[in-house]
Amino acid sequence: MNLFSKLYYKFRKYWKAIQLYLVIAGPGLVVMVADNDAGGITTYAATGAKYGYNLIWFLLILIPVAYYVQEMTVRLGAVTKRGHAEAIFDGFGAFWGWFSLIDLMIVDWLTLVTEFIGMTAALRIFGVPPWLTVAGVVALMGTIVLNGRYWTWEKIALLFCALNLIYIPGAFIIHPAVSDILREGLIPNFPGGFNGELFFFLMANIGTTIAPWMLFFQQSAVVDKGMLEKDIPWGKFDTFLGSLLTVIVAIFIVVVTGTILKGVDIDSASQAAEQLLKTNHYVGTFMAVGLFDAGLLGAICISLASSWAFGEIFGWAHSLNTKIKEAPWFYASYFLTLITAGLVVLIPGAPLVLITLFVQVIAVTLLPAALVFLILLLNDEKHMGEYCNTLTDNLIGGFIVVVIVILSTLYGISVMFPSLFQ
Amino acid sequence: MASSLYRLVRKIREINHRYSKPHIVMSRGVKLALMALRVYLLLLVGLFVYKFILILS
Repeated sequence: MNLFSKLYYKFRKYWKAIQLYLVIAGPGLVVMVADNDAGGITTYAATGAKYGYNLIWFLLILIPVAYYVQEMTVRLGAVTKRGHAEAIFDGFGAFWGWFSLIDLMIVDWLTLVTEFIGMTAALRIFGVPPWLTVAGVVALMGTIVLNGRYWTWEKIALLFCALNLIYIPGAFIIHPAVSDILREGLIPNFPGGFNGELFFFLMANIGTTIAPWMLFFQQSAVVDKGMLEKDIPWGKFDTFLGSLLTVIVAIFIVVVTGTILKGVDIDSASQAAEQLLKTNHYVGTFMAVGLFDAGLLGAICISLASSWAFGEIFGWAHSLNTKIKEAPWFYASYFLTLITAGLVVLIPGAPLVLITLFVQVIAVTLLPAALVFLILLLNDEKHMGEYCNTLTDNLIGGFIVVVIVILSTLYGISVMFPSLFQ
Repeated sequence: MASSLYRLVRKIREINHRYSKPHIVMSRGVKLALMALRVYLLLLVGLFVYKFILILS
């Protein structure tokens, strides 16, 4: 075989692999990029503004953390063909099932409100009134889901994921010093010493990386997509790529705010966008557009996570592959969640800050439970067979879960009792 | 309205019946994890109540 034949053979082999991946790609990428939702963008923007590049090393640690947790949902979904809510009901009985389902409903709805807060704040910068943003988003999301095909929904969601990369050119425009990023960002350090405020930021970054809805969403998406056991390696790769992308985007946000807004106290991403607009029009615009996109992606996934979970338990048809006539309750719960959350933002004097804080507190009750159930279900040899957790999986997954539970609990407590961490 | 509510209650009863027993093998580790989870949630609820009382007072 000559050189050209060898090269052609290799090209064909890799091209086929890429084609196969493009068929499987979706749940992992979408859930991970959607993890950089409106709340996430605010956290990263505030982290960069407060500590510059100094916490980039910590964000890098979050790549394996996010991957190991979400990878388990891929296996569980592909093997059992059940969403996370149904798996909890079946595995642990009605008590824990209802606890998780009701908790998920509350957390998702509150988080959805925060996404609308982010989206309306982002478009207000361009002069769009909040009512128009809410109406437009509901109409857009309705159009996306009502086409009756999971495939179409997923590809549109992936397009919005691509828009989430807008922070990358934003960072290049401001020409940050690469040597400073490498020197300050890659060597683990605690700027200003390990104090309560820094600890709060670390916990916030972890809290925004692993959210309860992500577990429910990805497992249900894997089931709705029809992934099988043989697709698990690609599903894992998809999840890894997603976790890599989400952290890369987070790092670029930190670089943007760490370069331009260092030392400025940032309360929200929209405030960061307004500040950036004063310095560089393009970067500020990118930040605002990115914030809107982040909120939209979050809303797309979160509203579906609840509808899927309810459909699984109540036995309604609950697939994006069904038309509205075939699955009326699935779509009704989807729109009810979406519209009510949007309307809350439009109520004059609504306690939006309180809602934002409340999300973190309520999430603390669901996240540990969902993670513990995940590990236990992955150890159920009867249902998982050869895809059961190995000892190494349990050691890594168990360690990550324990750390997340401790830190997210402390984060929730710090939101309730801020003076404890000062 | 009343019939919808009745159907919902019947559906919830059906779900409770269907998932009345856990299907995961209840090993000592699983029991311990669930017990720890119960304690954790009780402590958390206690904190919520404490915070609520603090706000009220």
